[in-house]
Formats: sequence, structure tokens, C-alpha cells
Amino acid sequence: MESSFSSPRNDSFPAGLRVLVVDDDPTWLKILEKMLKKCSYEVTTCGLAREALNLLREKKDGYDIVVSDVNMPDMDGFKLLEHVGLEMDLPVIMMSVDGETSRVMKGVQHGACDYLLKPIRMKELRNIWQHVFRKKIHEIRDIESHESIEGIQLIRNGSDQYDEGYFFSAEDLTSSRKRKDVDNKYDDKDFSDCSSTKKARVVWSVDLHQKFVKAVHQIGFDKVGPKKILDLMNVPWLTRENVASHLQKYRLYLSRLQKENDIKSSFGGTKHSDYSSKDLQGILSVQNSINIQQNDVAHGSYRFSGNNLVAQNADPKSNEGDIKGIVSEPVAEPKKGTTSNIPDSQKTRSSQMDFNSSYTETKKGLVGNVPHSQKIRSSQMCVNHSFASVESEVNLTAFDSTIPATYSWNQIQLEKEHKPLIQLNNGFSKPPLPGPQHHFQADQLQSIPSISSRPSIPGGDVSGSSKSKPSYSEYTNHHGSRVSPTISPTISATDSFPGQTKSCVVDHQVSETISTSTSNMKNQGINLSIDLESAQRNLILGSTAPFASLDDEFQICWYQGDCYGMNLELQNIEFSEYTDPTHVTEVPAHLYDALRFEYPCDPSEYCVLDQGLFIA
Amino acid sequence: MGSNPLRQQVASMRQSLFDEEILAKQFMQMEQLEDVDNPNFAEEVMTLYLRDSTKLIATVEQALEKPPYDVNKLDKSLHQLKGSSASVGANKVWIETNQMRESLKAGDLERTKAQLQLIKLAHETLRGKVEPYFHLLRQVGPPEIAQRPK
Repeated sequence: MESSFSSPRNDSFPAGLRVLVVDDDPTWLKILEKMLKKCSYEVTTCGLAREALNLLREKKDGYDIVVSDVNMPDMDGFKLLEHVGLEMDLPVIMMSVDGETSRVMKGVQHGACDYLLKPIRMKELRNIWQHVFRKKIHEIRDIESHESIEGIQLIRNGSDQYDEGYFFSAEDLTSSRKRKDVDNKYDDKDFSDCSSTKKARVVWSVDLHQKFVKAVHQIGFDKVGPKKILDLMNVPWLTRENVASHLQKYRLYLSRLQKENDIKSSFGGTKHSDYSSKDLQGILSVQNSINIQQNDVAHGSYRFSGNNLVAQNADPKSNEGDIKGIVSEPVAEPKKGTTSNIPDSQKTRSSQMDFNSSYTETKKGLVGNVPHSQKIRSSQMCVNHSFASVESEVNLTAFDSTIPATYSWNQIQLEKEHKPLIQLNNGFSKPPLPGPQHHFQADQLQSIPSISSRPSIPGGDVSGSSKSKPSYSEYTNHHGSRVSPTISPTISATDSFPGQTKSCVVDHQVSETISTSTSNMKNQGINLSIDLESAQRNLILGSTAPFASLDDEFQICWYQGDCYGMNLELQNIEFSEYTDPTHVTEVPAHLYDALRFEYPCDPSEYCVLDQGLFIA
Repeated sequence: MGSNPLRQQVASMRQSLFDEEILAKQFMQMEQLEDVDNPNFAEEVMTLYLRDSTKLIATVEQALEKPPYDVNKLDKSLHQLKGSSASVGANKVWIETNQMRESLKAGDLERTKAQLQLIKLAHETLRGKVEPYFHLLRQVGPPEIAQRPK
């Protein structure tokens, strides 16, 4: 099926362009409808985002472009944007009365093709067809560049390396997409059959998708690969590339969902290749911690000791300090290990759960955003932003208090809950971290995006010492599992880290631990993006099972205010792996090392990570 | 089409609406969208707007009745009002809404409440001016159509 270029509609292109307009204001709907009709477009209007999604899903190939308002009652316009991009891959134009740069930036980051300012003039609407056209061209190009294959490759690079590889690849993908280069970095797998023939855009009808899903389940999610799926599906006209690109999208979508679900369940183990479970966990924990943090921001002592990390191992051990405050959320101080505050790992877990939900939300946002490599970019950017913002605030300010919501979990900027996390970094007064400046390696980013940046190094100078962030990346590497780098940064920084500061909630107090943890973290791969303000830290630790080691050291002293470092993208918080609370503690140390991310790496580094994480 | 004086009156009414900045250029876009199928498009949209904005203003007023004030709801409603006003080119209302949002953001409750009154005033003025205008316009028919050579 050729792209719509050859369809009859194209004879008079752009006339007849099928536009779906979504806006809750009936006045605007009427006006836009009239304007678009004047441009000879085919218009469908609806007043609710959900309704729009239903319409889009019913007729997968029924629309060429979506125009949506940013503020809607039932669903955030950006979310809708994500969904559309992920499921239908249509160009989306955002509109709003509010033209603030940050909003526009957010729109672009979420994948909007354009951002129009209301009141909208006719001439602006006349030109929207260019986005449809451009996308078609890119699609063809992408197919030729085997982009999807690469993506798949990346995804398949193993959960262990997933984060790292994935993240990188995601970034690469985006760039390669543009460059049309085939990035062979990741494709050692069945890349070979990528033919360079122009392929028409495949419409994934419900039936086709069902077959696809069935095949995936049959094969087993972990072992899935485009070739196998293709064989099982037994659809003659479908090519491997088609399946590959669809698989990529599907994975992203699933991981996002998973995060929501997994978070609730124990973090442990679901090592999904999609990192979803891991991330979720991590995220959850981070979230928890973050949440906690938020509440506790006041606490000052971030001792978040790992609790926040909850996601993982809920090892309270590592949680030193009064993560309690932070953990106050159900997180129950995951790590208690070192920090007394942490009530016990159980709690942290619960908190994690809480986080998860919140996290998942954020994560979702993230994940959603990243359906494609492009998205990842955006997510990264998002993260960066958040992180960056946080960083600046927090950095070094000894996390006091303001747990910057910047918690930029990469995506979500954790607006919701994270704020405090970001602060983390500040608090960390450069904990003794052994200097593992593990900059958050982008690989680690995968999960840790959030944390890395902010490892709320309780010590306050997270920026320097806490590098906890970096640990993330390292972590992940170590672990292979996606350690959510989130913790890293904070961990290292925290003074209190007993050296462990592993990604988890780097307790201020624990700075010493943090330092050790960072090193450990590395091993742990706790890519926890400790950003979660103390809570997160814990989370991070938890994520990569190795955390256990971190516990003690880890004192994830979450700098209470600063947790913002936890931007952890917790997503990656590989936490899922670590179901083992002890791990958490251990991890912290490792994480910490890993985290040691040069904290100054702040957002930029983070971003990288985040991006990676985001990919999850 | 003999109502030349009437047409002139309509034209001057219209002009004054712009001169007094009650309506913004956006309104002209509405007019331009009129065609044989929708000869009274601008009026229809304006009617829709007046109806919705009245509701919105009532919501805002309610939210400000007594503490605790739901700031989020307030802001959302104001944002919506701002959007709608922009859509039809209801200039003064748009300006006042913006002001109100600002004072709300600044936390200046007194000023916010005072602004609400200004919005209501602008809204009433708008209604008072455009309704007779449209009424008269219907009588003479839109200039383009009326003047279209037969």
C-alpha cells in the first residue's frame, strides 16, 4: 500500500486532508471547523480528548492530522499528543491561548509538529498540510534506513544492557532517522534482511495488531523478535521491517503500561526487556521517595535512606537518615539499612508503590513520549529541563527544603511529586564519594534519568561529589538491569552517604555511605536516578538489586529538600530487579559510586540519561 | 438593497466597535468566514460566545464568593474565558480577563475581585453593542452579499 501520496485524495493535495480537531471550547470548535472547511479540508470535530482517541482508534487510517488544544478537561493535551504519536503516529498540532516558551517547548518535546497560538488565523491553518507531507517523506526514508531495525536491536540488547544500549540507541535513532544513516551500532542481530525498498506505510488494523500481539505472546515477550513474529503471524505481505517498527512502538507502549501496573506489584523482578518493570519499580520507588520527599521536604534530613527507593529492595538499611520523613509515604523507608529512619523495607516498598503510581504517571509521560527515538529525545530534554531546573536550584543548596519539584523525571518533571527530589543534589555536599563520578552515562540513563541528575546528595553538594548521578550510568552497566540511575547522583553527593550513596536516596547523612555506595552502585548498576529526593534515592538503590550493598552505606540521605535530583527517571529504576531489600542497601554504595556522577553534570548529563531512561 | 442609510449606519456601528477596541481584528476573521452557506457566521459564533462566557463568568464569580477560594478552578475558568474571548475577538473582555489572571497569580485577592467586576462590565458592554449591531446587520444583509453584482 503506497502512502497516501498515491491515493486519489492526493490528486488535489492538500485538499481533502482529513483533520481531526479537538478542543473543549465549542466556540473554537465552530470557528476552526469553518476555517478548515474553507481550506477544503475534511473536518471532524470533538470536544473531548478521549472521544478523539476513540475516533482515531476506530479508524486507524481515517485521519491525516490532528489539531488539538492543550488544555482539556478530561486529559492533558500533551498526553493526548503522546498517545496519538505512539499508537497512530500521526502529526499533531497543538494550540493554545498561552504562548509561553515553556509551554511551547513542552509541546515540541512531547512530539508536536507545531504549536499555534490562539487566536488562530486562516493562513496558519492553510499550511498544516506540510506536516502531513513531511511525515510521509520521513517515513519512507526511515524505512529505508532500517531505522526500525536498529530500534529493535536496541531494544533487544538485553535487559542488562538495555538501558544503556537502549538509550543510546534511542538517541542514535533519532539522529539516524534524520540522517538516514543506518546505525549499525546496535544491529548485529537480524539486520541483514533490511531491504532498502521503499515500503508503503502499513496500517496496523485491529486484526493485524491482534495477530501481532498473539504472536508476541506465543513467542514470549523476552525472546521476541521481528522475524519470529513475522513467521508466526503468517501475513504474506507484511515485511520484517514493518513488524520491527511496530514492535518497537509496542514495547514502548507496554513498558509504559507496565510501569503503571508493575509498580504496584513488587518491584522485584520483572525484568522486562522493556525495562518496564524495572523502571516501574524504580520509578515507583523513586516516586515514593519522591513523594515522601515532597512531604517531607520539610524534613531536612533527607535521610531518605533508601526508603524512597523503595522500589527496590526496600532495604531500609541503606536508608539512613530520616528518610522517614521522606518515606513517610508508604514508602516506608525502603532502605532502612543504614538510616534509622527507614522503618523497614516494607515500607519503602509501599511507598514505592505509591510512587509508582505517581511515578508511573510521570513515567508514563515519559514513556509515552518516547515511543520513538524522537520521543526519547524529547523526554531527555524534558528531563533535562526538569533536572536542570532542579539542579540549578538545588544544586548545592544543600537541599534544603525546597525539594524542587524539578524532579524532572525526565518527563514529567515530576511536577507531581517530585519536586523535592531535585533538591537532592544540593544537599549533597559532595559526599565522600569515592569520586566515582560516574557520570551518568547515558546508558544508565535508561532508567536513571531522573536520579542521576539529582542525586540529592544530601551533602549538599551534589554537584560535585555527588556525582551520584554518574553512578547511574555505571550502574546500569554493571547490572545490566536497568538500574535506575536516578539514584546515582544523589547518592554520591550526599554527604551522609556512608559512601553508598548509591543511587538511592542519598541521605545526607549518609553521605558517607553514599560515596561507597556509589562505587557499589556502579556495580549495582543502580541506575537509580536518585533524583528522587531522598525517597528516590532509596528507590534507586532498590532498583538494581545490588543495592543491597548499598544499604548501609547508602544512607540515602536524601537531602530533603534537594531531592530534586532524583529526577530519576526512575523509570529505569531497574528496581524491578531488586526485589531484594538487601540489595538495596548494597546498591547504594555501588550506586553511589556510580552515581557519583559528577554532579555538575547536571541536567545535561542527566538529560542524557534521562533520555535513555526515558526510552524505557 | 435600498437601505443605504441603514447600511451606512451598520457600517459605522461596526467601525466604532473596532475603534473603541471592543472588538479585535480577530473578529474580521469571523466575518471572512462567512459565505453563502453561513451568511451569519460571525453572529452565530458571537452568540455562542456570549452564552458560554456568561456561564464562565458566573463560575468565576461563584468561586470567589467566599473562602477558601479554589484557585485552580478559578484559573482554569479564566483561562477558558481568555481563550474564548480571543476566538471571537472580544477585545476588552480578553484584556480584563488577562488582568484578572495576573492579579490572581500575584495573590492579590482584592484586586482580583475588583477585576471581576471589570470583566463583567466589559462583557455587558460587548453584548450591549454587538446585539443591536447584528440585529441591524440582518436587516441589511452582509455588505459583500448585498453588494454582490447580480
